[in-house]
Amino acid sequence: MGAGVDAMVSKVSSGTLVASIRKERRDADAFVLDVSFEAPPGITILFGPSGAGKSTLLDCLAGLVRPTTGKIVIGENVLFNSMIHIDVPPQIRRMAYVFQSLALFPHLTIEQNVAYGLRDIGQQDRRARVEEILEAFRIARLRNQRPSQISGGEKQRTALARSLVTRPQLLLLDEPLTGLDAELKASIVEDLRAWNAAKRIPILYVTHSREEVDALGERVIAIDNGRVVSHGAPMDVLDAPRRKRLAQAAGFENLLSATVLDLREPDGVMRIRLGESACEIEAPLAHASAGDLVQIAIRAGDILLASQRPRGLSARNVLEGKILSLEQRGTMCIARVDCGVTFVAHVTPSAVRALELASDKQVWLVLKTHSCHLVD
Amino acid sequence: MNSLSLSFELAGCVAAILLIIGMPVAYWLAFSNWRGKFLLESVVALPLVLPPTVLGFYALLAMGPRGPLGKLWIALSGHGLAFTFTGLVLASAVYSFPFAVQPLMVSFEAVDRKLLDASALLGAGKWRTFQRIILPLSLPGVVTALVLSFAHTLGEFGVVLMVGGNLAGVTRTVSIDIYDHVQSLEYGEANHLALLLLAIAFAVLCLVYAVNRRVWAPAWTRWSAK
Repeated sequence: MGAGVDAMVSKVSSGTLVASIRKERRDADAFVLDVSFEAPPGITILFGPSGAGKSTLLDCLAGLVRPTTGKIVIGENVLFNSMIHIDVPPQIRRMAYVFQSLALFPHLTIEQNVAYGLRDIGQQDRRARVEEILEAFRIARLRNQRPSQISGGEKQRTALARSLVTRPQLLLLDEPLTGLDAELKASIVEDLRAWNAAKRIPILYVTHSREEVDALGERVIAIDNGRVVSHGAPMDVLDAPRRKRLAQAAGFENLLSATVLDLREPDGVMRIRLGESACEIEAPLAHASAGDLVQIAIRAGDILLASQRPRGLSARNVLEGKILSLEQRGTMCIARVDCGVTFVAHVTPSAVRALELASDKQVWLVLKTHSCHLVD
Repeated sequence: MNSLSLSFELAGCVAAILLIIGMPVAYWLAFSNWRGKFLLESVVALPLVLPPTVLGFYALLAMGPRGPLGKLWIALSGHGLAFTFTGLVLASAVYSFPFAVQPLMVSFEAVDRKLLDASALLGAGKWRTFQRIILPLSLPGVVTALVLSFAHTLGEFGVVLMVGGNLAGVTRTVSIDIYDHVQSLEYGEANHLALLLLAIAFAVLCLVYAVNRRVWAPAWTRWSAK
């Protein structure tokens, strides 16, 4: 290492992150992180339930934790390769990492915090770069404050500025915007995007919040139990969840077990029976055969409610049932409906009034075939 | 030189030396992952439980003309170590070592590890992280270490008696002076010095506790300095 590595990482280039990492925990509670993925410049979201291994993955990328085996490459810079014993220390990996706790230095001012990573450059250059990023993240007026004197959003802006001022080749964000309201979050993300428009580095953004994925997503990598379970555009990854825990995290309120009755391949559908009930519905065709047990995920917002038996519908699944309970939450009503199995459906308060919905009222549920997602 | 200023000079020397030696030892104890760390911890804490006469006895043997330290010192400087001020400083430093190391170690350990990770990721090596993050955030520990090792050295008796003897102006410290006065039934003088030591001890402890409760600390460290 030493000179060779220095030469390698000092090359200023931004490129795609290519990583394959396997990390076994020594305390061996059978958890193994084993992922391979690519992240091109721009925001890539790492999505998954807590405990899925997202933070461990970031720690490995940053060099804080040494993977058991694997390879980490950004553009042409090899940062880790267990085969040829390359392990660039975190100090010279040129990666920025914003922790969930932000880890601002409490005894330094905002300006000193931001300037911390800049030292091998001249005074003037240094001042200019600090100035530029303080402006870009709208924290210039706070320069002489300490972290304990500023608000949560301002702290997050400071942490981002401190990381990015060093011109890293990769930015790792571990749920950095948790606890901020949506508007504030959006404005910070906008500033981040604006900054990255010119620099074009890969940004890995860890979250378990479905809302953040919708707000940010260009690409999503879904992780569960230490594995990449799917990747692609947010719609593709989250609307067709392949794992139960992921389905729950992605906001599928209805998770039902079902038995496959028969496959109708020409129509691209199959008939399934829900649980032990008499309810039979149509779902998209999947790799299954008659008699198989499967899991079905349905969003509460994808279920229609009718007060009379609907006719002339394209939707194939109409189930008769009785309202168990109605609960208003904000501007939304959560209806629990018993059709032999219990469904959760979301309706608006005005629909509740128009249909005169109430407990014990008989209703019909309408489900589109393609709203019924099969889960592994 | 009277016994009081001799004691102060001794305590000052010991506190300064211990701060310099104590920092790397405390750093290592705080951050090393070596499993045998407890061994060094025990050695450092030994003077806390050992009778000063035991420590003084072995120090005297080591510093005597036939002891390893004594021989080395004679070869280097031409005269012995035992019953000299230098010998006293050495033995006292060993005796007060835990009082310097423990507060430093505790305050180093209390620094949020995430701050150290953040510093490393921003390109700072271990030394820079120590200077710019660990040390400033451990200032109460540094003050405590200085003050406690100073005060502890000021009040010691057994080790000084064993290693230094009772040579006026060379090794006769306040605590030995008090003993002398009592032996000669000069209770007035003994009381005089004893009261002074009592007052100093109280003032020193007030300083330590106030620093650790951050009574004079700048506002930003008091509220939610996490």
